Amino acid sequence: MSTPAPLIELADRVVAQARPDEQLEVFVSRGGNTEVRVYEGDVEHFVSAQSEGIGIRVVADGRTGFAYAGTLAEDAVAEVLAEARDNVAFGTPDEHAGLAEPDGVERTEQPLWSQELADTSTADKIALAKELEQITLGTDTRIRTEDANYADAFGEAAVASTAGMRQWGRENGCYVTIGTMADDGNETQTGHGFSVGRKVSDLDLHRAANDAVDRATRLLGATKPASQRTTIVLDPLVTAQFLSIISSTLSGSSVVKGRSLFRDRLNEQVAASGVTLVDDPTNPHAYTATEIDGEGLAARRNVLIDDGVLTQFTHNSYSGRRFGVASTANAIRSGFADTPGVGALALSLVPGARSQAEIVAGIDAGVLIQSVQGIHSGVNPVSGDFSTGAAGLMIVNGELGEPVREFTIASTLQKMLLDIVEVGGDIDWLPMRAAGMSLVVDDVTMSGV
Amino acid sequence: MIDADVLEQTIALGLATGADFAEVYAEDKRSTSAGLDDDRVEQVNSGRDRGAGIRVIKGDTTGFAHTSDLSATGLAAAARAAAAAAGQGDGQTRTIALNQRSQHRVNTIAVGPDEIAKADKVALLERVNDAARSYAPEIVQVSAGYGDARKHTLVANSEGVHVEDDIVRIILRINAVANGDAGMQTGFKSVGHTIGFEMFDQIDVEELARDAARQAITKLNARPAPSGALPVVINRGTGGVLFHEACGHGLEADLVAKGASVYKDKVGELVASPLVTLVDDGTMPGEWGTVGYDSEGHESRRNVLIENGVLADYMWDHRRSRAAGRGPSGNGRRQSYMHLPMVRMTNTFVLDGSDTPSDIIANTDNGVYVAQLGGGSVNTATGDFVFGMNEAYLIEGGKITAPLREGNLIGNGPEVLKNIDMLGNDFAMGSPGTCGKDGQGVPVGDGQPTLRVSSLTIGGTAA
Repeated sequence: MSTPAPLIELADRVVAQARPDEQLEVFVSRGGNTEVRVYEGDVEHFVSAQSEGIGIRVVADGRTGFAYAGTLAEDAVAEVLAEARDNVAFGTPDEHAGLAEPDGVERTEQPLWSQELADTSTADKIALAKELEQITLGTDTRIRTEDANYADAFGEAAVASTAGMRQWGRENGCYVTIGTMADDGNETQTGHGFSVGRKVSDLDLHRAANDAVDRATRLLGATKPASQRTTIVLDPLVTAQFLSIISSTLSGSSVVKGRSLFRDRLNEQVAASGVTLVDDPTNPHAYTATEIDGEGLAARRNVLIDDGVLTQFTHNSYSGRRFGVASTANAIRSGFADTPGVGALALSLVPGARSQAEIVAGIDAGVLIQSVQGIHSGVNPVSGDFSTGAAGLMIVNGELGEPVREFTIASTLQKMLLDIVEVGGDIDWLPMRAAGMSLVVDDVTMSGV
Repeated sequence: MIDADVLEQTIALGLATGADFAEVYAEDKRSTSAGLDDDRVEQVNSGRDRGAGIRVIKGDTTGFAHTSDLSATGLAAAARAAAAAAGQGDGQTRTIALNQRSQHRVNTIAVGPDEIAKADKVALLERVNDAARSYAPEIVQVSAGYGDARKHTLVANSEGVHVEDDIVRIILRINAVANGDAGMQTGFKSVGHTIGFEMFDQIDVEELARDAARQAITKLNARPAPSGALPVVINRGTGGVLFHEACGHGLEADLVAKGASVYKDKVGELVASPLVTLVDDGTMPGEWGTVGYDSEGHESRRNVLIENGVLADYMWDHRRSRAAGRGPSGNGRRQSYMHLPMVRMTNTFVLDGSDTPSDIIANTDNGVYVAQLGGGSVNTATGDFVFGMNEAYLIEGGKITAPLREGNLIGNGPEVLKNIDMLGNDFAMGSPGTCGKDGQGVPVGDGQPTLRVSSLTIGGTAA
């Protein structure tokens, strides 16, 4: 596992079989994960899983075919190549079809592999999940846990192609999560907490526990608020979910197919001044940091929105060719079974200066949005309509007040970006493709009673 | 897929350190998908996923490992890993005698997807694209996706269970974008069944495409949805997701056992309007959530969950039903051999009432009519749930009037179930869904007649 040789060599052997009239790209990966779930002091389950597989893309006469198999066995590899070739015939010829070509950008070396994590014993992982549950339960007598989890993942991948690509990379990382329920005799409210790291010693169990306890207990007694227009403060996790949706509207794939609401807005003001949105997979703090994108190009820092102005879209090689620009190294591949899509790899707003408490202190009337529900069903990234269920705390005269639940917040994505009043300084790295921080948005419709 | 003697040896290895239970779940899946977007067939994809997951339970601890190597050696390694994960102990050799049952066939597959040329699958997409684009000039973009999968599964366990299943799923999705003065709007339709390619003999794919186009165009003139609480009428065959979220997840025995459900300790109590009888049925021929056996080797079944408003039963997997000292309900499902099974719904639906749909609308003075719901989600511990409206209209003076922009509806499950005050007599199943829980997605179906909820909060921006 410590050298690129086996995967690269396998990829090389397949690439060597390319016929003169075809382009061929091989993506090979191998990885695994551990998942420990603890409930009431016992291990509820322990999953130790490994997987491997190969995906092959063949391009000939402007047509593309793809096939994959969830194994690296030699006979399966031969079958995948034959299937991918067979599939080529059914695509519509496309002058922009093709593979990524090396662009000379050097890889940014990052500490993405922790031997300490790789060497961590099973017993230590179980102990961490148990400790997290104990700390959480010891914090407040009203708290029960739904489960306490430790998870880690490691992966290595190689991409090689007839276009001259030949790259290999590997990463690992870990996180803990805890789900809580708080009871006051009349009702139950839920909370969650987590902590992310490259190695086990990065994990902050007390922070995860405190967040999970606070979030559940402070919602006890929550009522349904009156409908109103108000200022909202998004908690970091909610901001990260919001940014993930914004990033889908900035995907070159949506842009070239006319599906992005920002498709004609390059170099225009699309967000409030002071808002700078960056995709930076070269920042090792990001859980999804990587040295190469899904097509093997060196991952790089891209500024998508600079002080409110839309500066660029994300592209892979295909969307870049269609748009007339180079790939921004934003090919996303969720695994060997996937063809390269386009999207942000590790998104974040450039953080501001103030903590959430300082921000709240400056707001006369508003609501802190602690969690959202149904962001996948109530947001349409093509039309921009935004509507999601929410729970949180009212803000009155600079202080957190009554808890509220069972309401929605609604606006449009276009309007929300322009209505951003402040970006918090409390950047939080999460086990997802976007980081979070507190975010203040004006003039949002809150729908309740 | 795997010989019985190899299965027996594998299970014995799983039990070797003193475990109570060991299980092999294996699958061999071949899939084909094709996507058309922007007037181009982008590519045809083929996939092969084959492997086995070994589960070993010792006391309250489950150990799990999986492998893509189905040889005796590969399975043995996975069994040892799963046993180690379940915890060390002294074991004694136990002999396993598997008792293979003939297949519990719930579906017919007249024409397997492997018997159909890829060109014919691609041709469906081109027909869909042409029909949606020619519907109206406002349609500026169309994407369509075709997918088929044939999955052979096998379950064998230390209780002697040994079953195999063979399920085909075929799905067609259409997404249309219309452009107008107020920006772009989308229309979405899908159809999917657990039958063979003969599915397309019964479905007019052009009509489905035109319907997606119509939906996008209708919304070009949509006004912002209201905010606040109003009566909501939900079109038949599109509102099953309401029950899936409002109570389905809360009736899953694993969540109930952890006290993470508002329906805990409510069996025998009135939890919904007496109009409501809710059923989960994995045996419905051809439906999206149908299975012959669940992923733990239990036959799929029809289970009544709520009868005339009274909570009748929860849904169960092997572990929870064993702990409760009762039989299984056929609801132990998993996404793939790489995943642990847990309690999941299959096809969940509400039976017919007696109102006509036109009466339901005529009796609603001021409200919202949802012609098609989107996805949803629920917090089972609080009962708060949301679901999106893909196509909705105002109801004014007992008539359906102006189209509304998209948004979420929010409600509390136990309250909403009691607020169902009219139930139609026009039952229909809905479109294919994927239910997500704890990181796993499984295919589910849902259905209901037209119905009215006397009050739901609508997440729009209009006053």
